[in-house]
Amino acid sequence: MDMMIKQKIKQVKKGDQAAFEDVVSFYQNKVYQICYRMLGNTHEAEDIAQEAFIRAYVNIHTFDERRKFSTWLYRIATNLSIDRIRKKKPDYFLDAEVKGTDGLDMYSQLPAEQALPEEEVESLELQSYIQQEIMALPPKYRGVIALRYLDELSLLEISEILDIPMGTVKTRIHRGREALRKRLRHV
Amino acid sequence: MLVNCDKEIVRLMHEYLDGHLAKTEENKLRSHLQSCEACQKHFHELKRTVAMLKSSSDIQAPVNFTANVMEGLPQEKKRVGYMRWFKAHPIITAAAIFFLFMMSGIFSAWNQDSQLSVSKQKNLVIQDDTVIVPEDVVVDGDLIVKNGDVKIEGEVKGDVVIINGEPLLASAGQVSGDLKEVNQVFDWIWYHIKEVTENVFSIGK
Ligand SMILES: [Zn+2]
Repeated sequence: MDMMIKQKIKQVKKGDQAAFEDVVSFYQNKVYQICYRMLGNTHEAEDIAQEAFIRAYVNIHTFDERRKFSTWLYRIATNLSIDRIRKKKPDYFLDAEVKGTDGLDMYSQLPAEQALPEEEVESLELQSYIQQEIMALPPKYRGVIALRYLDELSLLEISEILDIPMGTVKTRIHRGREALRKRLRHV
Repeated sequence: MLVNCDKEIVRLMHEYLDGHLAKTEENKLRSHLQSCEACQKHFHELKRTVAMLKSSSDIQAPVNFTANVMEGLPQEKKRVGYMRWFKAHPIITAAAIFFLFMMSGIFSAWNQDSQLSVSKQKNLVIQDDTVIVPEDVVVDGDLIVKNGDVKIEGEVKGDVVIINGEPLLASAGQVSGDLKEVNQVFDWIWYHIKEVTENVFSIGK
């Protein structure tokens, strides 16, 4: 797969826009997941994930092909997500009140007659519950947790993506995981 | 209670979860867990948290995500579009480039030759840069004039081809065939060749 992506990136660098489509469809779920984990809102996640791919395309000439493309791409996605969180800060209190309702809204909008099978309801509830608890973490912890459990990225890769020292990554993951343990232990 | 245990033990738990625990440390953690119920519970909760995070990590992008991204990209540079087309049609491209060079070759040859020249016919009068077919003269066949104007007072039994000149059809002159002004056609072709060559050459850059 890596070779395929490398090849596609070469083509995109030469200006072949069509080759970028394969890159997007290969990474779309990962990038979307990072954004969703950090922003906790499906619309914003879609918006920022799209922006991340567009930025990647526009700045593709600055990507060093000797490095891992995913590292570079995820970095764009996390940076954009952090920017968005910062921009939202003025409404922070307003947000704090409605925080975490996104997944629940989605659930309550489902028509009664189209009720999901039991298992799916449970996983959907669990899913939005977990996300709600992640959203309760400060953004810098959200970022490392999102990356750590996206594909089980190594701490080294996370430190490269976020451009922070390994030690800091370690501390944040430990603390983030501790905080989530306390919040999720009764589930 | 965990309070009584070393913070070090919790650190080891996290190191273990990140796969960074050396064998000796792992043994230390293991033996402690066997003797301490509180830490056992703590460790179990952490592993459960991790399992929950992993199990909820298959979040999918919305259905039309890729298509929407592609739509949102800035317009592809034109020359790249040509480039891809040329790559997809190598034979046509080779033919086109050959044609271009051939055409420009003809044209530069044409430009070097700015002398007035006329197809060999009798009784034509040449004044300055004008070829005159006098009133009483009948030209058999095509009359071809290069780099000059043509004034027809008599008759031409054929086509009149004026390359890089103008017809000065005063009044009554007769041309049984077509009257062609090639200079205009050339201008037109040249204009287009220039456009295409500019694109072709910019591709190489
Ligand atoms: Zn203990």
